[in-house]
Amino acid sequence: MILWELFHTFFIMGFVSFGGGYAMIPIIETAVSDYGWMTAERLTNMIAIAGMSPGPVAVNSAILVGYSAAGIKGALVSAAAILLPSLILVILVAALFIKLHHHPVVEKIFYGLKPLVTSLIIFAALKFALANNLITINISFRSVSLVIIFGLSLFALLKLRWNPVYVIVLSGLIGIALYS
Amino acid sequence: MKVKFQWKLLFQIFWSFFKISPVTFGGGFAMIPFIIKEIVEKRKWLTHEDITDVIALSQTVPGAVAVNSATFIGHRIGGIRGALAAMIGVSLPTFLIVLSLGISYFFVQDNPKLEAAFISIRATIVAIIVYAAIKIGKTAITDKTTFFIMTVGVPVLFFIHPIIAIFLGAITGLVAVKIKQKLGYTIDLQKSKNVDPTTDPDYFMGSGI
Repeated sequence: MILWELFHTFFIMGFVSFGGGYAMIPIIETAVSDYGWMTAERLTNMIAIAGMSPGPVAVNSAILVGYSAAGIKGALVSAAAILLPSLILVILVAALFIKLHHHPVVEKIFYGLKPLVTSLIIFAALKFALANNLITINISFRSVSLVIIFGLSLFALLKLRWNPVYVIVLSGLIGIALYS
Repeated sequence: MKVKFQWKLLFQIFWSFFKISPVTFGGGFAMIPFIIKEIVEKRKWLTHEDITDVIALSQTVPGAVAVNSATFIGHRIGGIRGALAAMIGVSLPTFLIVLSLGISYFFVQDNPKLEAAFISIRATIVAIIVYAAIKIGKTAITDKTTFFIMTVGVPVLFFIHPIIAIFLGAITGLVAVKIKQKLGYTIDLQKSKNVDPTTDPDYFMGSGI
């Protein structure tokens, strides 16, 4: 049952969702390929739309993957599944008056968790680069131009400090000019 | 009388976050000034310090900072029902926007121009992910140990499930700190918290989206 697959994937993801949406891509990607919801290329498109939209990338990705896999019902189930852990944990933490912030055990956990979240994001970048032929031994107009687009995008984000939404829109226009 | 008041308060909580929600472009931290304006200055439900507490706490709990902080604030104002009202309020507008974008995408996905645009956009998304890794890496990699965990983590992820890796990362943190303390090293666990998310515009991406 696809709705159940979506629910438990995003429900569990909600409990380990540290470090922002892009760190969650490996979990989504694993589930997408295990259950065969869609191709890696379409998943990248979904993540792109999630990144362009207002709201958290993890929640947006869940909504789009859910919609793509099972229509509006899938979107609703996935959104509820990823939000529910936040509700449970926040109520628990607030009700128990747990002082998580600056708690010694929490700080020790985060000492190892944060670098691992960084690994997760690097891993996501590698996977997507491979899936979208950014890392390839085939030298063609497309593969070279894609590497240039990648480099320019990173430059715009890191050095020019552009808003990611603008970078995506501009990249789309370049794509239309180059590949259509 | 009391029941009526409850519903009014719940609706006010819902509506406050419903209005703030669409500004959360690129991460929950963009929401902070609007939360302060609406919750502290206009409604006077909470103080500035409360908000700072909530934001710090929201980063510690798994989940998106925007959703967590809204839910925490809702809980402080109106208990469990307040938490639910705030969560629905902050999520509904973006849910509708994202869903409409998704539906439109499926209507026009076979358009050759859109396909061409997405070829380029997919390369840009990889750049955005690398950018997110650099941003979070700056706060995560504070010494040789954290650098080591990050470096080992990447190849390991090709073999084990990411959720297991997250737990291993957490355990490694606990163990590494313990070993280092036994060996007499001092570890600056606070170092990564130097950045104040409420004032640093750089802190909006990578962490807590």
